[in-house]
Amino acid sequence: MSRMSRRERIERDDGTPRTLAIPDFALVVLIGASGSGKSSFAAKHFKPTEVISSDRCRGLVCDDENDQSVSADAFELVAEIAGKRLKHRKLTVIDATNVRAPDRKRWIELARRYHALPVAIVLDPGAEVCAERNQGRPDRPFGIQVVLRMTSEIRRGLGGLQREGFRQVFRLDTAEAIAAASVTRQPLWTDKRVDTGPFDIIGDIHGCADELQILLGELGYQVAWSGEGSGRAVSVTPPAGRKVVFVGDLVDRGPNSPDVLRIAMAMVGAGQAYCVQGNHERKFGRWLEGRKVTIGHGLQQTVDQMEGQDRDFREKVTAFLDDLRSHVWLDGGRLAVAHAGLKAEMIGRGSGAVREFALYGETTGEIDEYGLPVRADWAAGYRGETAVIYGHTPVVEAEWVNNTLCIDTGCVFGGELTALRWPEKELVHVPAIRTWFEPVRPLAPVGGSPSAQAQADALVDLEDVSGRRWVDTSLRGRVVVAEENAAAALEAMSRFALAPEWLAYLPPTMSPSETSTREGWLERPEEAFAHYRERGVAEVVCEEKHMGSRAVIALCRSAEAASQRFNARGGETGAIWTRTGRPFFGDAAVTEALLARLRGRVEAVGLWEELSTDWLLLDAEIMPWSAKAQSLVDTQYAPVAAASRAGLSAAGETLARAAARGVEAGALRDRFAERAGRAALYAEAWAPYVWPVGGVDDLRVAPFHLLASEGRVWFDREHPWHMAIADRLTDGRVVAATRWRTVALADEAACADATAWWETLTAGGGEGMVVKPRDFVARGPKGLLQPALKVRGSQYLRIIYGPEYDAPEHLSRLRERGLNGKRNLALREFALGHEGLKRFVDREPLRRVHECVFAVLALESEPIDPRL
Amino acid sequence: MYLSVATTHRPATDLGFLLHKHPERLHEVELAFGKAWLLYPEATEERCEAALILDVDPIGLVRGRGQGDGLLDRYVNDRPYAASSFLSVALARSLRTAMSGTSKERPELAESEIPLEAVVTPLPARGGQALVRELFEPLGWTVELEPVEGEGPTRYLTLRLKGRARLSALLNHLYVLIPVLDDDKHYWVGDDEVTKLLARGAGWLETHPSRELIAKRYLKHRSALAREALARLAPEAVESAETREGRVEPEAEIEKPLRLNDERMGAVVEALRASGAKVIADLGCGEGKLLVRLVKERWVERLFGVDAAVIDLERAAKRLKLHLAGGPPEGRVTLLHGALTYRDRRWAEADTAALVEVIEHLDVERLPALEQAMFGEARPATVVVTTPNAEYNALFPNLAPGAFRHPDHRFEWSRAEFRAWADRVCEAWGYTPEFSDIGPVDEALGAPTQMAVFRRAGA
Repeated sequence: MSRMSRRERIERDDGTPRTLAIPDFALVVLIGASGSGKSSFAAKHFKPTEVISSDRCRGLVCDDENDQSVSADAFELVAEIAGKRLKHRKLTVIDATNVRAPDRKRWIELARRYHALPVAIVLDPGAEVCAERNQGRPDRPFGIQVVLRMTSEIRRGLGGLQREGFRQVFRLDTAEAIAAASVTRQPLWTDKRVDTGPFDIIGDIHGCADELQILLGELGYQVAWSGEGSGRAVSVTPPAGRKVVFVGDLVDRGPNSPDVLRIAMAMVGAGQAYCVQGNHERKFGRWLEGRKVTIGHGLQQTVDQMEGQDRDFREKVTAFLDDLRSHVWLDGGRLAVAHAGLKAEMIGRGSGAVREFALYGETTGEIDEYGLPVRADWAAGYRGETAVIYGHTPVVEAEWVNNTLCIDTGCVFGGELTALRWPEKELVHVPAIRTWFEPVRPLAPVGGSPSAQAQADALVDLEDVSGRRWVDTSLRGRVVVAEENAAAALEAMSRFALAPEWLAYLPPTMSPSETSTREGWLERPEEAFAHYRERGVAEVVCEEKHMGSRAVIALCRSAEAASQRFNARGGETGAIWTRTGRPFFGDAAVTEALLARLRGRVEAVGLWEELSTDWLLLDAEIMPWSAKAQSLVDTQYAPVAAASRAGLSAAGETLARAAARGVEAGALRDRFAERAGRAALYAEAWAPYVWPVGGVDDLRVAPFHLLASEGRVWFDREHPWHMAIADRLTDGRVVAATRWRTVALADEAACADATAWWETLTAGGGEGMVVKPRDFVARGPKGLLQPALKVRGSQYLRIIYGPEYDAPEHLSRLRERGLNGKRNLALREFALGHEGLKRFVDREPLRRVHECVFAVLALESEPIDPRL
Repeated sequence: MYLSVATTHRPATDLGFLLHKHPERLHEVELAFGKAWLLYPEATEERCEAALILDVDPIGLVRGRGQGDGLLDRYVNDRPYAASSFLSVALARSLRTAMSGTSKERPELAESEIPLEAVVTPLPARGGQALVRELFEPLGWTVELEPVEGEGPTRYLTLRLKGRARLSALLNHLYVLIPVLDDDKHYWVGDDEVTKLLARGAGWLETHPSRELIAKRYLKHRSALAREALARLAPEAVESAETREGRVEPEAEIEKPLRLNDERMGAVVEALRASGAKVIADLGCGEGKLLVRLVKERWVERLFGVDAAVIDLERAAKRLKLHLAGGPPEGRVTLLHGALTYRDRRWAEADTAALVEVIEHLDVERLPALEQAMFGEARPATVVVTTPNAEYNALFPNLAPGAFRHPDHRFEWSRAEFRAWADRVCEAWGYTPEFSDIGPVDEALGAPTQMAVFRRAGA
């Protein structure tokens, strides 16, 4: 609605058909005696879903819409439903008699809680009309006395509706007026979402008229003054299509508040600017209205400067100040500007609380050593989709925190006047000409401090990770994480994982190739090649799969770089973690020693300069397997080897003795001999992956992806590029090479050759290979493709599927394995991993990065056959 | 997976009559989890030996059991090969009559003690050779044990029993004691398992010196069932069953002589009461040991229990009888799944937080997050923290030097280290600490547990 004058209130009735102009977001309370036609009125002017009727709720509670004994419960239900609608910013109509003030109080409170404007519509066709209508309804067996009492009570309360808190009151006092009335809806005064800008949002000016003009000049606005004295006027020509948004506090403290006001008033008047109210405007306005205010905080300067101004200017200023918005909501809802900031649940809404918050922000109630109120850090808790730009609290530098930005850089205190270009998100600064006003509290925090976002990030809120979650990814749209999966990840993440500051990424799970149909095999390269060929991939990369443990490595050029980029606090120069986010090594010294080796290699090949970065995120395999898995070998694999050997040999020997003396056990004897053979092979299966580790020299690290570095996520580079970097990093000792080759899928000979290569690798004790499309992110006709498929060797699979998995009778059953779940998981985790890296590189708030990483871990708790 | 029984009773081939299995044939028994083969590698007048070979289907074991419901150990494990409850089931299925001690052909032989020899391999013996002897020797068996060789030491043994006994006695001893040594069962242990145990144990279990352990392990540590079994075996023995051979927390095992946990809880409750706590958040509440004590206190208005482990919270709810008749009134206790390294507003109204033996379960690097969440964000008026005093560890007889009291402890602090941490936290967040000891105080090494009560300045 275009804003009501604050003095206008009851709409009077002059007999002409009425148009009730209400806000498009409001709590509409119908008031009328039984039979006054509320439900018909509501049905005529509102959507069925907008109307919450007390009768209907009585029915829901007890099957009888007229059972007054359940009223208390029915009204609780009305309030509950209405509350949910208001929470979602939906216009809501309460259809009940609402005869007495106490009946209406509940709705006023509800509207306040959700910052909706309460609107009263009184339907009063007269008691006779009501009684007559009721007579025709068997479910309303009461006489005219009841309706008379209701009507008189309503009429008595009419004058107090404003006082009760209704911001608009409409009264329709004849049956005809009710029938003829229409309802229109208008956006709230603060709702300018249709205006898509572009905008230049200017911080607290405080009378710094010269700096404002310089800043406007920088932004491309032409300011032209004319006239002198009472005729002094200004006109501003904006660059094409652009508009200014003033965050308030135009006045006080500075040298020339009147000219600042002239510029703002001229631009607002010409539709070239919006201006939201600052606390200084509020107080100055009250002074202008002649109210008693304490002169302080620089108001004296403005008062002095107004001395020489004429009466006409004063009146215009008074009207201008009276008309300022609490905040303005712009650009399709993507942007909000408020003087002291605004909580997400207040944007585009109206209430006293919204206005107060927008003006003063939130304080903790404490007073600091300078006697100023301690501000609660609402921005640290902000989670909204709408960017909130605000001022009010002078800061040294404008820094984004959780999609909010304070652009009060203390110009009047000798800082800068700052503007934000929207949607470009560019900051434009003009330095103060001098310190116009000494600040009570020094601007700069004592000592160097981490970035505002880092401070806000120090802790992730449980609400940011728990419950059912939706994470929007750029690779695969929205990924859903079920509540129970998030819960399962919480313990792992909080008790075992590295600090979230480090964990920018967790690798996705990897699916095996389709199951081989060839006799004696479970997995073969042919199926992996066919998989990608069928999905339109021309070339794949085959990489040797090391049998170690997956590791993600954050490698920084120095401890300082680690502190800068990862907010590291302990002097470490990086971190190495497992696929579940745990520290890879229990001993920090081992981590540092390995990082030092890698850093030496990065240094040697000049990668820091080449990529203009001082940190890297690498995806790698660290060997030996036993470095992480020795206890698994000891408690899991070795016992199976010992038990199978002992049991099968005892059985075999007995069978042989029985067969020797003529019992028909020959076939069984042979079968057990074969079983014993497989058990022996099993006992050797992990030998190549186990060696003692005495120090870093015994470790092997084989990087295969360069995930990210300063400003870049390297998923847009093909795998050969990544492997070339891996090759360069190899030192032939600790930094191990990964053998790899490209294969053109249309070339049968090349495929056969790669298959032979795989056979050689696996025959020599290798785990197998990984087949990837040449593109890091590959898409086929049906969307995102598997980023990689593993093809494991037959001997290695013995560790996974057990000693005797390849006996024909077992293999035939193991072939019936479903890969869809695993593959779907791999894609979701791949998309989440990429999203987390992207957000990390874009320096989004930590919780936004952590959300993705947490989601990967949560998805890992989905029940999937771990042998895949 | 291998069991053999031999006799030198003459004619030894009568063993075939006792077992109801012809010595010259290969006998096949179908089982739910695979097959068993019974055959005689030796069958002469002088000596006759019958062998039961288990042929467990390793793939069938894991198929249709709910995919992915568990880790890899479900798929690669020793179950198809080790002597376990599978073997007991195979025994019962293939030699039911022999086990009951009857024989149509040789009834008097079934009743008499004959020279017997049995071999079981590989027998996973949890408790080692000593326990194997403890279990079989009181039954009159001469026990020979030979470790099964692996790459390193294994827990498998080849067990050889020699002695004179009725065949059915031998079979019943093996039936019960193999899974007891394995300390596992491949099937769900329900109430009928008590009946089975009593039937198979008839005549020997009542007087076995290790009957409590046998009952407990056989019934898979379901203490209610074990108590029932013991009550039916020997009613006077019940009280002591609780105290022996449970799967106890390692920490409790080490600290046991001190009954430290009780003392610690008492000290914490007292510190909370003295601080004027009304609404208390027990962070890292685990199974609710502190909550159970606090819920009984009248000065406590409301309780929050927060833990990262859902399973512990479920146990705590059970212990507290939450939402059950006779439990605390609705709203008095709230259990929350949460983690201390995240900001959590759900327990913000608590005026007091207790971190009892919790901080040492977090990596030192993660403590700043806990500090900020606790002292920076939640800022309760009082915070009570207890943690082990590492110096005192020297006085625990069964704790190796340098070792922690619990495998999940990430650190254990000396008194100086704890104080330094507490002082730094107080300095940073505006609290004052007060330190005290819990447990018997050693002059040089202090008390086993140290406690700090943090008070917010001005609170």
